[in-house]
Amino acid sequence: MRIVAKGLKYSYDPKAKFKSDALKGVDLVIEEGDFLGIIGRTGSGKSTFIQHLNGLLPVQKDGGTLLVGDYDLSFVNKKAKKSFKDLRKKVGMVFQYPEYQLFAETVFSDVAFGLKNFSPNLSEEEVEDRVRTAINAVGLNYFEVKDKSPFDLSGGQKRRVAIAGVIVNKPEVLVLDEPVAGLDPKGKDEFMSLLHYLKKEFVKTIVIVSHDMDLVCENCNKVAVFADGKVVKHGVPKDVFSSAIEMQNLGLELPLTVYLTALLQERGINIDSDLTVDGFINAVISAKNGGGL
Amino acid sequence: MREVTFGQYYPVSSFVHKMDARIKILLTIAYIVAVFLVKEFYFLGYAIATLFLLLACIFARVPIIKILKSIKAILFFVIFSSVLQIFFNESGNTILEWEFIKITDIGLYKAGFITLRIVLIVMGTSLLTLTTTPVELADGIESLLSPLKLIKFPAHEFALIMSIALRYIPTLMDETDRIIKAQKARGADFESGNIFKRAKALIPILIPLLIGSFRRADELADAMEARCYTGAKGRTKYKKQRITYRDILGLLAVALVLFGICATNGWVNPNWLIVLPI
Ligand SMILES: Nc1ncnc2c1ncn2[C@@H]1O[C@H](COP(=O)(O)OP(=O)(O)O)[C@@H](O)[C@H]1O
Ligand SMILES: [Mg+2]
Repeated sequence: MRIVAKGLKYSYDPKAKFKSDALKGVDLVIEEGDFLGIIGRTGSGKSTFIQHLNGLLPVQKDGGTLLVGDYDLSFVNKKAKKSFKDLRKKVGMVFQYPEYQLFAETVFSDVAFGLKNFSPNLSEEEVEDRVRTAINAVGLNYFEVKDKSPFDLSGGQKRRVAIAGVIVNKPEVLVLDEPVAGLDPKGKDEFMSLLHYLKKEFVKTIVIVSHDMDLVCENCNKVAVFADGKVVKHGVPKDVFSSAIEMQNLGLELPLTVYLTALLQERGINIDSDLTVDGFINAVISAKNGGGL
Repeated sequence: MREVTFGQYYPVSSFVHKMDARIKILLTIAYIVAVFLVKEFYFLGYAIATLFLLLACIFARVPIIKILKSIKAILFFVIFSSVLQIFFNESGNTILEWEFIKITDIGLYKAGFITLRIVLIVMGTSLLTLTTTPVELADGIESLLSPLKLIKFPAHEFALIMSIALRYIPTLMDETDRIIKAQKARGADFESGNIFKRAKALIPILIPLLIGSFRRADELADAMEARCYTGAKGRTKYKKQRITYRDILGLLAVALVLFGICATNGWVNPNWLIVLPI
Protein backbone atom coordinates (compact mmCIF):
# COMPACT_ATOMS: atom_id res chain seq x y z
CA MET A 1 0.00 0.00 0.00
CA ARG A 2 1.32 3.37 -0.97
CA ILE A 3 0.44 6.23 1.33
CA VAL A 4 0.15 9.72 -0.10
CA ALA A 5 -0.62 12.77 2.01
CA LYS A 6 -1.00 16.13 0.32
CA GLY A 7 -1.46 19.34 2.26
CA LEU A 8 -2.85 17.44 5.23
CA LYS A 9 -4.12 19.83 7.90
CA TYR A 10 -5.65 19.05 11.25
CA SER A 11 -6.92 21.09 14.17
CA TYR A 12 -8.01 19.58 17.47
CA ASP A 13 -10.31 22.51 18.05
CA PRO A 14 -11.51 23.77 14.67
CA LYS A 15 -14.05 26.14 16.21
CA ALA A 16 -11.58 28.05 18.36
CA LYS A 17 -11.08 31.69 17.46
CA PHE A 18 -7.31 31.58 17.48
CA LYS A 19 -6.97 28.05 16.25
CA SER A 20 -3.55 26.55 16.19
CA ASP A 21 -3.34 23.60 13.88
CA ALA A 22 -1.58 20.43 14.96
CA LEU A 23 -0.89 19.71 11.29
CA LYS A 24 -0.30 22.60 8.92
CA GLY A 25 -0.07 20.94 5.53
CA VAL A 26 1.81 17.67 5.60
CA ASP A 27 3.15 16.44 2.26
CA LEU A 28 4.55 12.94 2.47
CA VAL A 29 4.68 9.83 0.32
CA ILE A 30 5.34 6.48 1.97
CA GLU A 31 6.18 3.81 -0.57
CA GLU A 32 5.28 0.18 -0.13
CA GLY A 33 8.26 -1.57 1.44
CA ASP A 34 9.55 1.51 3.24
CA PHE A 35 10.92 1.32 6.76
CA LEU A 36 10.15 4.94 7.54
CA GLY A 37 11.41 6.72 10.64
CA ILE A 38 9.49 9.80 11.74
CA ILE A 39 11.42 12.19 13.94
CA GLY A 40 10.75 15.67 15.30
CA ARG A 41 10.36 17.50 18.57
CA THR A 42 7.53 16.82 20.98
CA GLY A 43 4.39 18.57 19.75
CA SER A 44 5.49 18.69 16.12
CA GLY A 45 2.48 16.62 15.04
CA LYS A 46 3.94 13.14 14.63
CA SER A 47 1.26 11.33 16.60
CA THR A 48 -1.49 13.41 15.04
CA PHE A 49 -0.26 12.49 11.57
CA ILE A 50 0.02 8.76 12.08
CA GLN A 51 -3.45 8.57 13.63
CA HIS A 52 -4.79 9.68 10.25
CA LEU A 53 -3.36 6.62 8.56
CA ASN A 54 -6.08 4.28 9.87
CA GLY A 55 -8.86 6.80 10.21
CA LEU A 56 -8.64 7.29 13.96
CA LEU A 57 -8.52 11.00 13.25
CA PRO A 58 -10.68 11.97 10.27
CA VAL A 59 -9.41 14.30 7.58
CA GLN A 60 -11.19 17.59 8.20
CA LYS A 61 -12.94 19.90 5.79
CA ASP A 62 -10.36 21.70 3.64
CA GLY A 63 -7.82 19.47 5.36
CA GLY A 64 -6.01 18.26 2.26
CA THR A 65 -6.02 14.76 0.79
CA LEU A 66 -4.89 11.40 2.08
CA LEU A 67 -4.68 8.17 0.12
CA VAL A 68 -3.84 4.93 1.89
CA GLY A 69 -3.56 2.25 -0.76
CA ASP A 70 -6.97 2.18 -2.45
CA TYR A 71 -8.66 4.07 0.36
CA ASP A 72 -9.31 7.73 -0.20
CA LEU A 73 -9.62 9.19 3.28
CA SER A 74 -10.10 12.76 2.13
CA PHE A 75 -13.04 14.72 3.51
CA VAL A 76 -16.18 14.31 1.43
CA ASN A 77 -18.96 15.69 3.55
CA LYS A 78 -20.13 15.48 7.08
CA LYS A 79 -22.76 12.80 6.43
CA ALA A 80 -20.50 10.39 4.58
CA LYS A 81 -19.74 8.01 7.39
CA LYS A 82 -16.99 5.72 6.37
CA SER A 83 -16.42 2.31 7.78
CA PHE A 84 -12.79 2.00 8.72
CA LYS A 85 -12.82 -1.67 9.65
CA ASP A 86 -11.18 -2.87 6.47
CA LEU A 87 -8.62 -0.12 6.58
CA ARG A 88 -7.77 -0.73 10.22
CA LYS A 89 -7.19 -4.36 9.50
CA LYS A 90 -4.65 -3.44 6.84
CA VAL A 91 -2.98 -0.64 8.78
CA GLY A 92 -2.00 -1.96 12.20
CA MET A 93 -1.24 0.63 14.85
CA VAL A 94 0.81 0.22 17.99
CA PHE A 95 0.52 3.12 20.41
CA GLN A 96 3.05 4.37 22.91
CA TYR A 97 3.16 2.05 25.93
CA PRO A 98 0.95 -0.53 24.18
CA GLU A 99 1.12 -2.74 27.27
CA TYR A 100 -1.38 -0.39 28.90
CA GLN A 101 -4.13 -1.47 26.53
CA LEU A 102 -4.13 -5.15 27.51
CA PHE A 103 -7.38 -6.20 29.15
CA ALA A 104 -8.29 -9.83 28.64
CA GLU A 105 -8.01 -12.70 31.11
CA THR A 106 -5.43 -14.61 29.10
CA VAL A 107 -2.74 -13.72 26.63
CA PHE A 108 -4.55 -15.85 24.07
CA SER A 109 -7.82 -13.99 24.24
CA ASP A 110 -6.11 -10.62 24.24
CA VAL A 111 -4.22 -11.44 21.07
CA ALA A 112 -7.38 -12.92 19.54
CA PHE A 113 -9.41 -9.79 20.32
CA GLY A 114 -8.50 -7.90 17.15
CA LEU A 115 -8.69 -11.01 15.02
CA LYS A 116 -12.24 -11.77 16.15
CA ASN A 117 -13.26 -8.18 15.52
CA PHE A 118 -11.85 -8.04 12.03
CA SER A 119 -12.44 -11.62 10.87
CA PRO A 120 -15.52 -12.88 12.72
CA ASN A 121 -15.97 -15.81 10.37
CA LEU A 122 -12.76 -17.67 11.16
CA SER A 123 -13.07 -21.14 12.63
CA GLU A 124 -11.68 -21.95 16.09
CA GLU A 125 -8.72 -23.77 14.55
CA GLU A 126 -7.90 -20.90 12.24
CA VAL A 127 -8.03 -18.47 15.15
CA GLU A 128 -5.72 -20.66 17.20
CA ASP A 129 -3.38 -21.04 14.27
CA ARG A 130 -3.15 -17.31 13.67
CA VAL A 131 -2.73 -16.48 17.35
CA ARG A 132 0.03 -19.05 17.73
CA THR A 133 1.89 -17.68 14.72
CA ALA A 134 1.60 -14.15 16.04
CA ILE A 135 2.76 -14.97 19.55
CA ASN A 136 5.71 -16.99 18.27
CA ALA A 137 6.55 -14.22 15.82
CA VAL A 138 7.07 -11.70 18.61
CA GLY A 139 9.52 -14.07 20.25
CA LEU A 140 7.35 -15.53 23.00
CA ASN A 141 6.73 -19.20 23.67
CA TYR A 142 3.10 -19.82 22.75
CA PHE A 143 2.49 -22.76 25.07
CA GLU A 144 4.17 -21.02 27.97
CA VAL A 145 2.22 -17.78 27.84
CA LYS A 146 -1.10 -18.46 26.15
CA ASP A 147 -3.05 -19.23 29.32
CA LYS A 148 -1.27 -16.73 31.53
CA SER A 149 -2.84 -13.47 32.55
CA PRO A 150 -1.19 -10.69 30.55
CA PHE A 151 -0.77 -8.78 33.81
CA ASP A 152 1.57 -11.45 35.18
CA LEU A 153 4.13 -10.88 32.43
CA SER A 154 7.15 -8.61 32.54
CA GLY A 155 6.99 -5.17 30.93
CA GLY A 156 8.86 -6.25 27.82
CA GLN A 157 6.74 -9.36 27.42
CA LYS A 158 3.55 -7.33 27.77
CA ARG A 159 4.69 -5.06 25.00
CA ARG A 160 5.34 -8.07 22.79
CA VAL A 161 1.88 -9.45 23.52
CA ALA A 162 0.36 -6.10 22.57
CA ILE A 163 2.23 -6.18 19.27
CA ALA A 164 1.16 -9.77 18.65
CA GLY A 165 -2.40 -8.50 19.07
CA VAL A 166 -1.82 -6.19 16.12
CA ILE A 167 0.14 -8.37 13.70
CA VAL A 168 -2.30 -11.25 14.20
CA ASN A 169 -4.52 -9.42 11.69
CA LYS A 170 -1.77 -9.63 9.06
CA PRO A 171 -1.66 -5.89 8.39
CA GLU A 172 0.18 -4.62 5.36
CA VAL A 173 1.40 -1.52 7.14
CA LEU A 174 2.58 -1.46 10.74
CA VAL A 175 2.65 1.93 12.43
CA LEU A 176 4.35 2.31 15.80
CA ASP A 177 4.31 5.44 17.97
CA GLU A 178 7.49 5.64 20.06
CA PRO A 179 7.62 1.86 20.60
CA VAL A 180 11.01 1.79 22.33
CA ALA A 181 10.21 4.48 24.91
CA GLY A 182 11.17 3.15 28.34
CA LEU A 183 13.27 0.22 27.08
CA ASP A 184 16.93 -0.23 28.01
CA PRO A 185 19.57 -0.29 25.22
CA LYS A 186 19.48 -4.08 24.98
CA GLY A 187 15.68 -4.07 24.93
CA LYS A 188 15.79 -1.50 22.15
CA ASP A 189 18.13 -3.64 20.05
CA GLU A 190 15.99 -6.72 20.57
CA PHE A 191 12.91 -4.76 19.68
CA MET A 192 14.41 -3.49 16.45
CA SER A 193 15.49 -6.99 15.43
CA LEU A 194 11.91 -8.03 16.05
CA LEU A 195 10.68 -5.28 13.72
CA HIS A 196 13.14 -6.34 11.01
CA TYR A 197 11.95 -9.91 11.36
CA LEU A 198 8.31 -8.82 11.17
CA LYS A 199 9.04 -6.74 8.11
CA LYS A 200 10.66 -9.68 6.40
CA GLU A 201 7.93 -12.20 7.26
CA PHE A 202 4.67 -10.38 7.96
CA VAL A 203 4.23 -6.74 6.99
CA LYS A 204 5.26 -4.82 3.93
CA THR A 205 5.71 -1.34 5.30
CA ILE A 206 6.79 -0.09 8.73
CA VAL A 207 6.37 3.44 10.03
CA ILE A 208 8.04 4.15 13.33
CA VAL A 209 8.05 7.34 15.41
CA SER A 210 11.12 7.69 17.59
CA HIS A 211 13.26 10.19 19.42
CA ASP A 212 16.30 7.96 19.15
CA MET A 213 18.33 9.28 16.21
CA ASP A 214 20.83 6.43 16.27
CA LEU A 215 18.04 3.92 16.11
CA VAL A 216 16.36 5.66 13.18
CA CYS A 217 19.65 6.14 11.35
CA GLU A 218 20.57 2.50 11.83
CA ASN A 219 17.27 0.85 10.95
CA CYS A 220 15.24 3.01 8.59
CA ASN A 221 15.65 3.35 4.87
CA LYS A 222 13.74 6.64 4.86
CA VAL A 223 13.42 9.43 7.38
CA ALA A 224 10.80 12.17 7.63
CA VAL A 225 11.43 15.14 9.89
CA PHE A 226 8.39 16.86 11.39
CA ALA A 227 8.57 20.43 12.61
CA ASP A 228 5.64 22.61 13.60
CA GLY A 229 3.00 20.49 11.87
CA LYS A 230 4.88 20.02 8.61
CA VAL A 231 7.36 17.64 7.03
CA VAL A 232 10.48 19.73 6.61
CA LYS A 233 12.78 16.99 5.35
CA HIS A 234 12.24 13.59 3.83
CA GLY A 235 14.65 11.16 2.26
CA VAL A 236 17.33 8.59 2.96
CA PRO A 237 19.12 9.05 6.32
CA LYS A 238 22.30 10.15 4.61
CA ASP A 239 20.59 13.15 3.02
CA VAL A 240 18.34 14.02 5.94
CA PHE A 241 21.15 14.05 8.48
CA SER A 242 23.67 15.68 6.15
CA SER A 243 23.35 19.17 7.60
CA ALA A 244 24.31 19.23 11.27
CA ILE A 245 23.37 22.89 11.65
CA GLU A 246 19.93 22.34 10.23
CA MET A 247 19.32 19.43 12.58
CA GLN A 248 20.36 21.51 15.54
CA ASN A 249 18.05 24.33 14.47
CA LEU A 250 15.22 21.82 14.48
CA GLY A 251 16.15 20.91 18.04
CA LEU A 252 17.26 17.40 17.12
CA GLU A 253 20.33 15.50 18.13
CA LEU A 254 22.77 14.07 15.64
CA PRO A 255 23.22 10.31 15.24
CA LEU A 256 26.61 9.16 16.49
CA THR A 257 27.84 8.15 13.03
CA VAL A 258 27.00 11.59 11.65
CA TYR A 259 28.81 13.23 14.53
CA LEU A 260 31.89 11.07 14.03
CA THR A 261 31.87 11.69 10.29
CA ALA A 262 31.87 15.42 11.01
CA LEU A 263 34.72 15.10 13.54
CA LEU A 264 36.80 13.12 11.06
CA GLN A 265 36.09 15.67 8.37
CA GLU A 266 37.43 18.40 10.65
CA ARG A 267 40.67 16.45 10.70
CA GLY A 268 40.71 16.25 6.94
CA ILE A 269 39.42 12.71 6.55
CA ASN A 270 36.36 12.33 4.35
CA ILE A 271 34.23 9.30 5.06
CA ASP A 272 31.33 8.51 2.80
CA SER A 273 28.93 5.95 4.26
CA ASP A 274 25.21 5.20 4.55
CA LEU A 275 25.49 6.18 8.25
CA THR A 276 24.71 2.76 9.68
CA VAL A 277 27.29 1.53 12.15
CA ASP A 278 28.45 -1.25 9.81
CA GLY A 279 28.51 1.04 6.81
CA PHE A 280 30.48 3.64 8.74
CA ILE A 281 33.06 1.17 10.01
CA ASN A 282 33.53 -0.36 6.58
CA ALA A 283 34.03 3.07 5.09
CA VAL A 284 36.62 3.89 7.77
CA ILE A 285 38.43 0.60 7.13
CA SER A 286 38.53 1.10 3.40
CA ALA A 287 39.74 4.67 3.88
CA LYS A 288 42.50 3.30 6.10
CA ASN A 289 43.45 0.56 3.64
CA GLY A 290 43.34 3.02 0.79
CA GLY A 291 45.94 5.07 2.59
CA GLY A 292 43.60 7.83 3.65
CA LEU A 293 44.56 7.41 7.29
CA MET B 1 -10.92 16.58 25.67
CA ARG B 2 -8.27 18.82 27.12
CA GLU B 3 -10.72 21.35 28.54
CA VAL B 4 -12.61 19.77 31.33
CA THR B 5 -15.78 21.60 32.16
CA PHE B 6 -16.09 20.24 35.65
CA GLY B 7 -14.78 22.74 38.17
CA GLN B 8 -14.90 25.36 35.44
CA TYR B 9 -13.05 28.08 37.35
CA TYR B 10 -13.34 31.50 35.74
CA PRO B 11 -10.07 33.22 36.51
CA VAL B 12 -10.69 36.88 37.21
CA SER B 13 -10.21 38.91 40.34
CA SER B 14 -13.47 40.03 41.89
CA PHE B 15 -15.36 40.68 45.08
CA VAL B 16 -16.81 37.17 45.07
CA HIS B 17 -13.56 35.49 44.04
CA LYS B 18 -11.86 37.05 47.03
CA MET B 19 -14.44 35.80 49.49
CA ASP B 20 -13.59 33.01 51.91
CA ALA B 21 -14.32 29.63 50.32
CA ARG B 22 -15.91 28.34 53.54
CA ILE B 23 -18.36 31.22 53.61
CA LYS B 24 -19.11 30.76 49.93
CA ILE B 25 -19.94 27.11 50.49
CA LEU B 26 -22.18 27.92 53.43
CA LEU B 27 -23.88 30.71 51.52
CA THR B 28 -24.49 28.41 48.57
CA ILE B 29 -26.14 25.92 50.87
CA ALA B 30 -28.24 28.67 52.43
CA TYR B 31 -29.21 29.86 48.96
CA ILE B 32 -30.28 26.35 47.94
CA VAL B 33 -32.38 26.08 51.10
CA ALA B 34 -33.95 29.44 50.31
CA VAL B 35 -34.89 28.31 46.80
CA PHE B 36 -36.46 25.16 48.23
CA LEU B 37 -38.41 27.21 50.76
CA VAL B 38 -40.34 29.05 48.06
CA LYS B 39 -43.94 27.90 48.39
CA GLU B 40 -45.61 26.35 45.41
CA PHE B 41 -46.66 28.96 42.87
CA TYR B 42 -45.24 31.89 44.87
CA PHE B 43 -43.13 32.94 41.93
CA LEU B 44 -42.20 36.21 43.62
CA GLY B 45 -39.74 34.22 45.77
CA TYR B 46 -37.97 33.10 42.61
CA ALA B 47 -37.81 36.67 41.43
CA ILE B 48 -35.87 37.51 44.58
CA ALA B 49 -33.49 34.60 44.05
CA THR B 50 -32.98 35.59 40.41
CA LEU B 51 -32.26 39.16 41.38
CA PHE B 52 -29.71 37.94 43.91
CA LEU B 53 -28.03 35.74 41.29
CA LEU B 54 -27.81 38.64 38.85
CA LEU B 55 -26.23 40.86 41.49
CA ALA B 56 -23.82 38.08 42.52
CA CYS B 57 -22.84 37.67 38.86
CA ILE B 58 -22.06 41.34 38.58
CA PHE B 59 -20.02 41.28 41.78
CA ALA B 60 -18.21 38.16 40.58
CA ARG B 61 -17.45 39.71 37.17
CA VAL B 62 -18.58 36.46 35.57
CA PRO B 63 -20.49 36.83 32.28
CA ILE B 64 -24.10 35.71 32.65
CA ILE B 65 -23.65 33.44 29.64
CA LYS B 66 -21.17 31.32 31.64
CA ILE B 67 -23.80 30.69 34.27
CA LEU B 68 -26.49 29.98 31.71
CA LYS B 69 -24.22 27.44 30.06
CA SER B 70 -24.22 25.37 33.23
CA ILE B 71 -27.85 24.55 32.51
CA LYS B 72 -26.85 22.73 29.35
CA ALA B 73 -25.53 19.84 31.39
CA ILE B 74 -28.91 19.24 33.03
CA LEU B 75 -31.10 20.22 30.10
CA PHE B 76 -32.31 16.68 29.56
CA PHE B 77 -33.21 16.32 33.21
CA VAL B 78 -35.12 19.60 33.18
CA ILE B 79 -37.08 18.71 30.06
CA PHE B 80 -37.81 15.24 31.37
CA SER B 81 -39.19 16.46 34.67
CA SER B 82 -41.31 19.17 33.08
CA VAL B 83 -42.74 16.74 30.55
CA LEU B 84 -43.69 14.46 33.41
CA GLN B 85 -45.43 17.34 35.17
CA ILE B 86 -47.27 18.51 32.07
CA PHE B 87 -48.56 15.14 30.88
CA PHE B 88 -49.30 13.39 34.12
CA ASN B 89 -51.08 16.10 36.00
CA GLU B 90 -54.79 15.53 36.33
CA SER B 91 -55.94 18.42 38.46
CA GLY B 92 -56.76 21.95 37.33
CA ASN B 93 -58.57 23.40 34.35
CA THR B 94 -58.01 21.56 31.11
CA ILE B 95 -56.33 23.66 28.45
CA LEU B 96 -55.84 21.03 25.82
CA GLU B 97 -57.08 17.50 25.46
CA TRP B 98 -56.08 15.04 22.77
CA GLU B 99 -56.46 11.28 22.98
CA PHE B 100 -55.05 10.28 26.35
CA ILE B 101 -53.02 13.47 26.77
CA LYS B 102 -54.53 16.15 28.96
CA ILE B 103 -52.76 19.39 29.67
CA THR B 104 -54.01 21.48 32.55
CA ASP B 105 -53.07 24.90 33.81
CA ILE B 106 -51.85 23.46 37.10
CA GLY B 107 -49.66 21.01 35.20
CA LEU B 108 -48.06 23.88 33.31
CA TYR B 109 -47.60 25.88 36.50
CA LYS B 110 -45.97 22.93 38.19
CA ALA B 111 -43.65 22.30 35.27
CA GLY B 112 -42.59 25.94 35.25
CA PHE B 113 -42.15 25.94 39.00
CA ILE B 114 -39.96 22.87 39.10
CA THR B 115 -37.91 23.93 36.10
CA LEU B 116 -37.21 27.26 37.73
CA ARG B 117 -36.22 25.59 40.95
CA ILE B 118 -33.68 23.29 39.26
CA VAL B 119 -32.31 26.04 37.05
CA LEU B 120 -31.87 28.47 39.94
CA ILE B 121 -30.11 25.89 42.06
CA VAL B 122 -27.75 24.78 39.32
CA MET B 123 -26.90 28.36 38.38
CA GLY B 124 -26.20 29.20 42.02
CA THR B 125 -23.89 26.23 42.48
CA SER B 126 -22.09 26.93 39.25
CA LEU B 127 -21.41 30.43 40.52
CA LEU B 128 -19.58 28.80 43.40
CA THR B 129 -17.40 26.64 41.17
CA LEU B 130 -16.82 29.50 38.74
CA THR B 131 -15.43 31.74 41.46
CA THR B 132 -13.62 29.18 43.63
CA THR B 133 -10.69 27.01 42.54
CA PRO B 134 -11.00 23.28 43.21
CA VAL B 135 -8.17 23.52 45.71
CA GLU B 136 -9.91 26.28 47.64
CA LEU B 137 -13.10 24.26 47.56
CA ALA B 138 -11.41 21.18 48.98
CA ASP B 139 -9.71 23.28 51.66
CA GLY B 140 -13.01 24.94 52.51
CA ILE B 141 -14.79 21.62 52.83
CA GLU B 142 -12.01 20.24 55.00
CA SER B 143 -12.26 23.22 57.29
CA LEU B 144 -16.05 23.04 57.45
CA LEU B 145 -15.95 19.34 58.22
CA SER B 146 -13.21 19.60 60.83
CA PRO B 147 -15.63 19.82 63.80
CA LEU B 148 -16.65 16.30 62.81
CA LYS B 149 -13.14 15.15 63.73
CA LEU B 150 -14.51 15.01 67.27
CA ILE B 151 -16.57 12.01 66.23
CA LYS B 152 -13.55 10.58 64.36
CA PHE B 153 -14.68 11.67 60.91
CA PRO B 154 -11.54 11.85 58.69
CA ALA B 155 -12.09 15.39 57.41
CA HIS B 156 -8.55 15.89 56.14
CA GLU B 157 -8.47 12.60 54.28
CA PHE B 158 -11.88 13.33 52.82
CA ALA B 159 -10.68 16.64 51.42
CA LEU B 160 -7.46 15.02 50.18
CA ILE B 161 -9.40 12.36 48.31
CA MET B 162 -11.50 15.06 46.76
CA SER B 163 -8.59 17.15 45.54
CA ILE B 164 -6.74 14.13 44.21
CA ALA B 165 -9.84 13.05 42.32
CA LEU B 166 -10.20 16.52 40.82
CA ARG B 167 -6.54 16.59 39.89
CA TYR B 168 -6.80 13.30 38.02
CA ILE B 169 -9.91 14.00 35.97
CA PRO B 170 -7.99 15.49 33.02
CA THR B 171 -5.36 12.73 33.22
CA LEU B 172 -8.05 10.07 33.13
CA MET B 173 -9.77 11.74 30.19
CA ASP B 174 -6.52 11.71 28.23
CA GLU B 175 -5.92 8.10 29.16
CA THR B 176 -9.46 7.10 28.17
CA ASP B 177 -8.99 8.81 24.84
CA ARG B 178 -5.77 6.88 24.26
CA ILE B 179 -7.24 3.51 25.19
CA ILE B 180 -10.34 4.04 23.06
CA LYS B 181 -8.13 4.78 20.09
CA ALA B 182 -5.92 1.76 20.75
CA GLN B 183 -8.91 -0.59 20.90
CA LYS B 184 -10.53 1.00 17.87
CA ALA B 185 -7.28 0.32 16.02
CA ARG B 186 -7.85 -3.33 16.93
CA GLY B 187 -11.29 -3.23 15.38
CA ALA B 188 -13.35 -2.53 18.48
CA ASP B 189 -16.72 -1.04 17.64
CA PHE B 190 -18.49 1.11 20.20
CA GLU B 191 -21.17 2.56 17.98
CA SER B 192 -23.24 -0.32 16.68
CA GLY B 193 -25.24 -3.16 18.15
CA ASN B 194 -27.83 -3.26 20.88
CA ILE B 195 -27.35 -1.97 24.38
CA PHE B 196 -25.87 -5.23 25.74
CA LYS B 197 -23.38 -5.43 22.94
CA ARG B 198 -22.35 -1.86 23.54
CA ALA B 199 -22.00 -2.38 27.27
CA LYS B 200 -19.81 -5.39 26.59
CA ALA B 201 -17.72 -3.36 24.18
CA LEU B 202 -16.77 -1.12 27.11
CA ILE B 203 -14.85 -3.87 28.91
CA PRO B 204 -11.68 -3.41 26.83
CA ILE B 205 -11.71 0.25 27.89
CA LEU B 206 -12.69 -0.06 31.52
CA ILE B 207 -10.20 -2.72 32.52
CA PRO B 208 -7.07 -0.97 31.26
CA LEU B 209 -8.41 2.24 32.77
CA LEU B 210 -8.90 0.60 36.14
CA ILE B 211 -5.50 -1.03 36.09
CA GLY B 212 -3.93 2.25 35.06
CA SER B 213 -5.63 3.99 37.97
CA PHE B 214 -4.23 1.47 40.44
CA ARG B 215 -0.79 1.95 38.96
CA ARG B 216 -1.13 5.73 39.31
CA ALA B 217 -2.40 5.42 42.87
CA ASP B 218 0.65 3.35 43.74
CA GLU B 219 2.99 5.86 42.17
CA LEU B 220 1.28 8.76 43.89
CA ALA B 221 1.41 7.03 47.27
CA ASP B 222 5.14 6.40 46.80
CA ALA B 223 5.73 10.00 45.79
CA MET B 224 3.82 11.29 48.82
CA GLU B 225 5.66 9.00 51.18
CA ALA B 226 8.99 9.98 49.66
CA ARG B 227 8.12 13.54 50.65
CA CYS B 228 7.25 12.50 54.18
CA TYR B 229 3.51 12.92 54.00
CA THR B 230 2.05 11.60 57.24
CA GLY B 231 -1.49 12.89 57.25
CA ALA B 232 -3.13 15.90 58.76
CA LYS B 233 -1.18 16.05 61.99
CA GLY B 234 0.96 19.16 62.31
CA ARG B 235 0.27 20.16 58.73
CA THR B 236 -0.02 23.86 58.00
CA LYS B 237 -1.83 25.53 55.12
CA TYR B 238 -0.04 27.29 52.30
CA LYS B 239 -2.97 29.65 51.90
CA LYS B 240 -4.86 30.63 55.00
CA GLN B 241 -8.43 31.70 54.47
CA ARG B 242 -9.53 34.80 56.27
CA ILE B 243 -12.93 36.29 56.86
CA THR B 244 -13.18 39.88 55.62
CA TYR B 245 -15.84 42.55 55.19
CA ARG B 246 -16.73 40.89 51.88
CA ASP B 247 -17.88 37.78 53.68
CA ILE B 248 -19.97 39.82 56.09
CA LEU B 249 -21.64 41.60 53.19
CA GLY B 250 -22.23 38.26 51.47
CA LEU B 251 -23.82 36.89 54.62
CA LEU B 252 -26.08 39.92 54.84
CA ALA B 253 -27.13 39.59 51.21
CA VAL B 254 -28.09 35.94 51.57
CA ALA B 255 -29.84 36.64 54.87
CA LEU B 256 -31.84 39.25 53.01
CA VAL B 257 -32.77 36.72 50.32
CA LEU B 258 -33.88 34.24 52.96
CA PHE B 259 -35.88 36.91 54.72
CA GLY B 260 -37.42 38.10 51.43
CA ILE B 261 -38.47 34.60 50.47
CA CYS B 262 -39.98 33.98 53.91
CA ALA B 263 -41.83 37.28 53.56
CA THR B 264 -43.26 36.41 50.15
CA ASN B 265 -44.30 33.07 51.56
CA GLY B 266 -46.26 35.02 54.14
CA TRP B 267 -44.30 33.67 57.07
CA VAL B 268 -43.29 37.06 58.38
CA ASN B 269 -45.77 38.68 60.70
CA PRO B 270 -45.67 42.47 60.15
CA ASN B 271 -46.37 42.93 63.85
CA TRP B 272 -42.86 41.62 64.68
CA LEU B 273 -41.33 44.65 63.08
CA ILE B 274 -43.04 46.90 65.61
CA VAL B 275 -40.80 45.50 68.30
CA LEU B 276 -37.90 47.21 66.59
CA PRO B 277 -37.45 50.65 68.14
CA ILE B 278 -37.89 52.80 65.08
N1 LIG C 1 -5.99 15.21 22.18
C1 LIG C 1 -5.51 16.45 21.93
N2 LIG C 1 -6.28 17.53 22.15
C2 LIG C 1 -5.82 18.78 21.88
N3 LIG C 1 -4.60 19.04 21.39
C3 LIG C 1 -3.78 18.00 21.16
C4 LIG C 1 -4.19 16.65 21.41
N4 LIG C 1 -3.17 15.83 21.06
C5 LIG C 1 -2.18 16.63 20.64
N5 LIG C 1 -2.53 17.93 20.69
C6 LIG C 1 -1.69 19.08 20.25
O1 LIG C 1 -1.36 18.92 18.90
C7 LIG C 1 0.00 19.23 18.67
C8 LIG C 1 0.71 18.05 18.07
O2 LIG C 1 0.76 16.99 19.01
P1 LIG C 1 1.27 15.53 18.70
O3 LIG C 1 0.76 15.11 17.38
O4 LIG C 1 0.94 14.69 19.86
O5 LIG C 1 2.84 15.75 18.61
P2 LIG C 1 4.04 14.72 18.77
O6 LIG C 1 3.49 13.33 18.69
O7 LIG C 1 4.95 15.08 17.65
O8 LIG C 1 4.66 15.00 20.08
C9 LIG C 1 0.56 19.65 20.02
O9 LIG C 1 0.58 21.07 20.05
C10 LIG C 1 -0.39 19.11 21.02
O10 LIG C 1 -0.48 19.94 22.14
MG1 LIG D 1 3.56 11.78 20.14
